[in-house]
Amino acid sequence: MESEPVLDIRGLTVRLPAGADRLNAVEDVSLSVKRGEIVCIVGESGSGKSVTAFTVMGLLPRRVLVPTGGQVRLEGEDVLRASPQRLRELRGTRMAMIFQEPMTALNPVLTIGDQVDEVLRIHTKLNERERKAKVIDIMAAMRLPEPERLYQAYPHQISGGQRQRIMIAAALILDPALLIADEPTTALDVTTQAQILALIKDLQRRRGTGVLFITHDFGVVAEIADRVVVMQHGRVVEQGPTEEVLRRPQQPYTRMLIGSVPSLEPRPRAPVSGPVALETVGLAKIYGGGGFLRKERMVRAADNVNLHVRKGETLGIVGESGSGKTTVARCIARLIDPTRGAIRLKDAEIAALSQRRLRPYRRRIQVVFQDPFRSLNPRRTVGASIIEGPVNFGLPEAEAMERARSLMKLVGLSPDALTRYPHQFSGGQRQRIAIARALAMEPEVLIADEAVSALDVSVQAQVLDLLDDVKRRFDLAMLFITHDLRVAAQICDRIMVMEKGVVVEEGPTHQVFTAPRHPYTRALLEAAPGRSFGFGQAA
Amino acid sequence: MFLYFLRRLAATIPVMLIVAVLVFLMLRLTPGDPAAIIAGDNANAEQVALIRTRLGLDQPIIVQFFIWMGNLLRGDFGESFFFKKTVAELILGRLEPTIALALCTILIAVTVAVPLGVLAAYKQGTWIDRLVMGFSVMGFSVPVFVIGYALIYLFAIKLNWVPVQGYQPLSQGFGGFLQRLILPSVTLSVIYIALIARMTRASVIEVLGEDYIRTARAKGQVESKILFRHALKNAAVPIVTVIGLGVALLIGGVVVTESVFTIPGLGRLTVDAVLARDYPTIQAVILLFSLVYVLINLAVDLVYTLFDPRIRY
Repeated sequence: MESEPVLDIRGLTVRLPAGADRLNAVEDVSLSVKRGEIVCIVGESGSGKSVTAFTVMGLLPRRVLVPTGGQVRLEGEDVLRASPQRLRELRGTRMAMIFQEPMTALNPVLTIGDQVDEVLRIHTKLNERERKAKVIDIMAAMRLPEPERLYQAYPHQISGGQRQRIMIAAALILDPALLIADEPTTALDVTTQAQILALIKDLQRRRGTGVLFITHDFGVVAEIADRVVVMQHGRVVEQGPTEEVLRRPQQPYTRMLIGSVPSLEPRPRAPVSGPVALETVGLAKIYGGGGFLRKERMVRAADNVNLHVRKGETLGIVGESGSGKTTVARCIARLIDPTRGAIRLKDAEIAALSQRRLRPYRRRIQVVFQDPFRSLNPRRTVGASIIEGPVNFGLPEAEAMERARSLMKLVGLSPDALTRYPHQFSGGQRQRIAIARALAMEPEVLIADEAVSALDVSVQAQVLDLLDDVKRRFDLAMLFITHDLRVAAQICDRIMVMEKGVVVEEGPTHQVFTAPRHPYTRALLEAAPGRSFGFGQAA
Repeated sequence: MFLYFLRRLAATIPVMLIVAVLVFLMLRLTPGDPAAIIAGDNANAEQVALIRTRLGLDQPIIVQFFIWMGNLLRGDFGESFFFKKTVAELILGRLEPTIALALCTILIAVTVAVPLGVLAAYKQGTWIDRLVMGFSVMGFSVPVFVIGYALIYLFAIKLNWVPVQGYQPLSQGFGGFLQRLILPSVTLSVIYIALIARMTRASVIEVLGEDYIRTARAKGQVESKILFRHALKNAAVPIVTVIGLGVALLIGGVVVTESVFTIPGLGRLTVDAVLARDYPTIQAVILLFSLVYVLINLAVDLVYTLFDPRIRY
């Protein structure tokens, strides 16, 4: 029993439906997880890491993805040959799973206590009182405050980190031998992520759970893994102890992945001395407060924000969710109306202009959004999306198309792609298209709102280079909004750190990273996963 | 929540006022003279004028309106031109059959349609799904009176299980009451089954794609609990909306069904009153219907909060 692994996957192959870009989702995958061990599967999107996890749980979409070969042994029992009935018994008792998005992974209309209790109702014969005591117990073990009160709460009433703790509570309540964690901290803020990682590590050590941890983030791998399995295109590229794989990667693909992780060490940058292109003075966005007949809660999404960006300069706004960084960006682009304060575009004051008078200025500030899958209209060709703006501002269609063709070349895509639709492109290509669309308006200010956050590391590095390149080429003032300190270190000339709607620190990137003054900035830097590994310096 | 309820109730007052003005004006603008109908075919002009004076129809429209409104505010719906009764008595006497028919119909519709819709969603793309949806299209397409006569022919005339038509009040025994109510209710429910089943299917299919359904499976939950405990409650808001709409539309639907099955309810009363140009009765019935519409909408909004804790007023 001691020597037998908790999970032993041998030669697993899962077939994709006909017409997919390759034959198998995963092919000949072998890996194992021992008791009390954390094994990370790391890979980019499409590498088959999640399919592997779902196969173990028996949660593959029926008839779409079919395991065609190999064995998946959970404590010696082959789950590929288990009946649906037996699989249901195993889930929640011997193996459990937590997911990426704790907001959507919990049922919004059932109470939290009820959802943890559900596992006990399915798998045990305990009575109501015993079950409740057990649920409160595990919630306390997850270091959730006031478990008695939280028991009655609904998911929308608690924070993202607390929701993930609830997910973990439900997963571990029956002490499974195997915990599968599918990107469980990807949707969380860095400081919360650090807490959740520490919690998982602590629990698995004390309970001796074997953990299969899926992630795309090498920082997380460095923090938590005992062993690493690197996957690409459905195959295992390399596996071994964490130190070994991270310090001395054998395969070129692994080396490329590790080399693409942006370093926390900022590149040295000369201060930019061009004229100020964009400036805000006392900018604020306050929601609620003015309720008629009923009191509304007042939320200061952003308050007293003073910033300036010079031509040819990149200002990073860094912060966690709720810090107000995106609110500031949206106010500047006038996608939402600021409550007070000034926004100056060169010498023009645009904060209070009416929609009609604002129109000529719209062209001069352009935004690249986070999610390239949703920011392009799926029913229009790429070309139509790119030329829409310039044509609205009076450019003849033929000229706009000509401009679009040269921009496509600039962002590294073929001009022929203009006649195709967004779904025919990968995430990175779509983000290139979004950049081309913004540039087609010949803006003076480019706002990148988490523009590389949804991309794989290798693609992320390329898109960052592209953004840096177009900034220089067109002498743009760039406002770079991100939660990711590594990314900010690579591209920003200056950094502004926001917390709860206010700016807590501002300065040249190098200074903020090497000599942070505000405690919050220091907390953010300390929470960044994989600090000790010093990614990116070797590359 | 209670404040919200009071505010919504207060908001019904202007709605009812607007309805009152519109009904009053439209009736006066439609052709047909109640006095002439009451007087009969052989009456001369003087007799008709006399009746008109007695009914107050010789007054200017604006004066008639304020007399009516004044009486309404005192709770007096006036006297029927035609039925020799007060309008209030008339409506009260017709209330039971209509309420019974509407409740029975919606009960049948919901108990049949919701499970059907959930089943179709779960079996999406299979022959079961296609069967349910095929039935649903038929339910939409066949007119109520055709279904009504077909059911009468089959169950009343051929099989002789139930009476052909008519109504028996609840006070004369539940068996006979139900026996006469069942055919019209089934008839009327067909279209609502179609509507609600379709909505349930669409709504549940959407919810089944959500992450928390996967979470429930990862806990080892059985499929039936996943469908009815996790999915249906999340899918409830659009379904409740459609059921509310259904109840509101039902009030229109009873006019036809009550005629087909000769049930002496509000629907029949409306038809008779319109044919007789019985202004006070028509006005009162339409005001009552509008009030029910408004209250159903309010009820639907309040029911949302039962299903979704994120909705708070």
